[in-house]
Amino acid sequence: MKTFLLYQDRDFELPQKLSADDRAATRTFQVGSRLSLAAASFDHRQKLPSNEDALMQDLELTTLFNAMALGDEFLFEVAKKAVLSGLSNDVETIFYRQDILKDCINNATLVREIYATAVQAIESERKSYFNIFSRYTASVLYSAIEVLQMFVGTLKKLRRIAGEQSIQFQSEGFTALFAMLRRELDDQFFAEIQTHLKNLKFRDGVLISAELGKGNKGIRYILRKPSENHRSWIDRVFLQKPAGFTFQLHPRDENGAKALSELQARGTSLVANAVAQSAEHILNFLSMLKTELAFYIGCLNLRARLTQIGEPICFPRPAPAPDRQHSFHGLYDVCLALSMKRKVMGNDVRADDKKLVIITGANQGGKSTFLRSIGLAQLMMQSGMFVPADSFCANICDRLFTHYKREEDVSMKSGKFDEELSRMNEIVDHITPNSIVLFNESFAATNEREGSEIARQIVTALVEKQVKVFFVSHLYDFARGFYDEGLDSAIFLRAERQSDGTRTFKLIEGEPLDTSYGEDLYKRIFKKEEKRALN
Amino acid sequence: MSFSILFPSTEHKKETAQAPDFFADLNLDQVVDAITAGKEEYNLKPFFYTSLHDADLIRYRQEVIQDLENSALFEVVKSFAEEMRAMRQHLAQADKLYYQLQKQSWFLDAVDIYCDAVASLAHSLSGLDVKSRGFAGLREYLSSYSQSAAFTMLVQETKKVKADLASVQYCVLIKGDRFTVRNYTSEADYSAQVENTFAKFKQAGVKDYRAKFPTEPEMNHIEAKVLEFVSQLYREIFSELKNYCSRNNNYLDETVSAFDREVQFYVAYLEYMLRFKKAQLSFCYPQVSDRDKQIFANEAFDLALAQTIINEKSSIICNDFYLKGKERIFVVSGPNQGGKTTFARMFGQLHFLGALGCPVPGREARLFLFDKLLTHFEKEENIKDLRGKLEDDLIRIHAILEQAGPNSIVIINEIFTSTTANDALFLSKKVLQRLIELDSLSVCVTFIEELASLSDKTVSVASTVIPENPSLRTFKVVRKPADGLAYAISIAEKYRVTYRDLRARIHS
Repeated sequence: MKTFLLYQDRDFELPQKLSADDRAATRTFQVGSRLSLAAASFDHRQKLPSNEDALMQDLELTTLFNAMALGDEFLFEVAKKAVLSGLSNDVETIFYRQDILKDCINNATLVREIYATAVQAIESERKSYFNIFSRYTASVLYSAIEVLQMFVGTLKKLRRIAGEQSIQFQSEGFTALFAMLRRELDDQFFAEIQTHLKNLKFRDGVLISAELGKGNKGIRYILRKPSENHRSWIDRVFLQKPAGFTFQLHPRDENGAKALSELQARGTSLVANAVAQSAEHILNFLSMLKTELAFYIGCLNLRARLTQIGEPICFPRPAPAPDRQHSFHGLYDVCLALSMKRKVMGNDVRADDKKLVIITGANQGGKSTFLRSIGLAQLMMQSGMFVPADSFCANICDRLFTHYKREEDVSMKSGKFDEELSRMNEIVDHITPNSIVLFNESFAATNEREGSEIARQIVTALVEKQVKVFFVSHLYDFARGFYDEGLDSAIFLRAERQSDGTRTFKLIEGEPLDTSYGEDLYKRIFKKEEKRALN
Repeated sequence: MSFSILFPSTEHKKETAQAPDFFADLNLDQVVDAITAGKEEYNLKPFFYTSLHDADLIRYRQEVIQDLENSALFEVVKSFAEEMRAMRQHLAQADKLYYQLQKQSWFLDAVDIYCDAVASLAHSLSGLDVKSRGFAGLREYLSSYSQSAAFTMLVQETKKVKADLASVQYCVLIKGDRFTVRNYTSEADYSAQVENTFAKFKQAGVKDYRAKFPTEPEMNHIEAKVLEFVSQLYREIFSELKNYCSRNNNYLDETVSAFDREVQFYVAYLEYMLRFKKAQLSFCYPQVSDRDKQIFANEAFDLALAQTIINEKSSIICNDFYLKGKERIFVVSGPNQGGKTTFARMFGQLHFLGALGCPVPGREARLFLFDKLLTHFEKEENIKDLRGKLEDDLIRIHAILEQAGPNSIVIINEIFTSTTANDALFLSKKVLQRLIELDSLSVCVTFIEELASLSDKTVSVASTVIPENPSLRTFKVVRKPADGLAYAISIAEKYRVTYRDLRARIHS
């Protein structure tokens, strides 16, 4: 049985080892065919991008994931994994998740109840954990039966929700999940389990078959189901009972009692294994449900927070990767809003059919914030989330890279430039045509002419290779050069500065200017020194 | 019909319990220890202590080893050995066990393994191209043995009893502190039913909860009781097993058993050789002659030294030597630690290994088939012995010269070191003179350079150093006059005190 809440046809996996809490969630799930939705045999695991660390740092993703997790480590990990691995989703998967997320928003209480049910069952199981892993077959069997009893309760509850509430859900994902629960967890299934749990108490003794192995020792011990006494009286008279020899242990024969229980353990080891594994399989199912729902729970948490601040959200319109679209209204930096705990300035840009966006202008004029909002929105859209904007439409990308000026290494200029180009080299190792690269003041660790030339060569090549580039830069030669070329596929944005020197943090379309208003900044920061100089 | 893989005829069969006197001097004890390590159960040393003195016996073994260098045959022989070892382990296990029904089963398996081993060896040999008299003889022997009525009967009986036992199926019903053993009547597999119920949840990657049960061969008394009941359920099968065991007590064929041991002589040696071959060192089949004393070897090396430094990855120095015409005696001189003793040992080892019929360490070699190999190496002073060291040297040398004859090989390493130079020269000359008269092949390691040019039967060879860095020994021993100069000059060069150096350095 599969939950398929993140992909139509495969499981969502958390590849790295998480905290001990979530051992179950880390297991590799095999794709089954219980759901009829294109269950191709997938070996595919959604991979985290190789530049995961850079994305985390440059886009301040921790702030976003914290808002989704609300302190829950598991929710954090799932959010991180789902968002970062979202870059490999196709448009169909994005809509699939958007639909499920809409269901979640409309039925938040019920979805949280399902999630809590799974979490609770998993936690109760953990308490029996040590017994299940016992080396004594009898206690493995005993604990496994206990866990199964408990899971039966959980499954019945899920079955009830699936039966009673499913009408309120419209998404393909939830509809299929509820249908599957109704189909698989029928009354007959529960009855069968009850019979097994009763039989496994072995009121009539344990019947084991065996054969002779090396040194005439018993091998292939198999637990047998005693033939039932449904035979007619004629059978009973004429069919001989199997001939047998019986041995009664001496009451003080302790070694004998031990040996006999070992013999019984050999016979019941397989069934104990089967029951324990079944319990684990159900646990895995519940863990899968928990993991996949965790992403949506994270989205609900984030939505609640943004609503509180008064920030809007919208479901974005993803376009296929080869298209060049990027148009939005009121796109804001969700991380800035979350950490400022208030509404922040949004931007409106129409950059459809553009491959190059160069952003110049005032220091602290919102350029970095804008660049981050582009990256965040892209990641959120591709993972199936809503985005922080009034409206948003963009083509999806294969890869998203950030190339930001790094603060370390200030002492050695050449070393820093070397480091920058080395990072560029790594990016180029992984880049594909439908990628997006966000440059933030890159290649400035040398003089402007050289930096401009390097930037020009790199950007020209990327754009020609169909890579979409957002470049925040103070390199006037570089920005001006592209502007003068008059490329149709380029758009130039400028951080706004009003005549009195105050910043609106809003970007407007405009040609690059040859100052970044550093003077303003200097004046503000060196206010005291200036005053002192005047005195 | 009898047969041996070590000797062309069983009348030649010989083993020696004690290591020859020269073993320790030539470090052959280390070599043989290394060769036989891990094969103690075969007791191979008595073979390695017995050198052969007949060129035909040596060729018989060389042929066998040449055949065994074919890896297909070598693998066949090794897997036979493994099966025979397994067979012995089964017999040993049968011996140790307490319950008869268990002993019988282990015995049955031992015989089964034996039958398979013989049949598969016979079969494999018939399909392989063997050139040696030894393996041809084995093939012939096995072909008739494996087709003999006794053997085919043994095979049939064994398979039958095994198949019968494998067909036994029974049930145990355990309830509280009693159990019943009875026939199995197709009751359903309950574990499978349970699994089936939960199959819908099945995912990959769940843990294995099966308990690990002890796997020792012994039974506890409950298992034994169960087995006893089973034997009562299947009376015929178990009584057949019992009869089978007493009938076939002497199943093991002596010749097969002897082959199993003897062939390990070759296997051990070949496996030992392989270590050196991996280090790019060669072995060769020497020509042996009991007449021609014009011997030679190219790229030969001291095995005992090589086996200790092969693991240290240092390069092993190979040496060449030859004697032609009247030459009989190597007089080895040169710097200490320069490979003199190694040269002497190598010379002895080559001849001894050649006389075992084994390949010798070197690229090619012609060796003399000696009647006696005699060595005199300096010994630690023996406190209990009241004789002085010089006296002791003389007594031992005397004993050697007494035994030595024209066909002997004598190796003398640094004698008469505990007396004056004049005494030593005098005594050494006497000894050497005696060896010259005897016409025996000799190696004489000495610091007395005068000895080198005593006669036209002596050949001077010397250890060498690298001129630029005399503290580095090459361990190369080459023919050269024993002038002692090369060493002295190279040291002078190192310290820049040669004539030219001094001329240049001293400014007037």
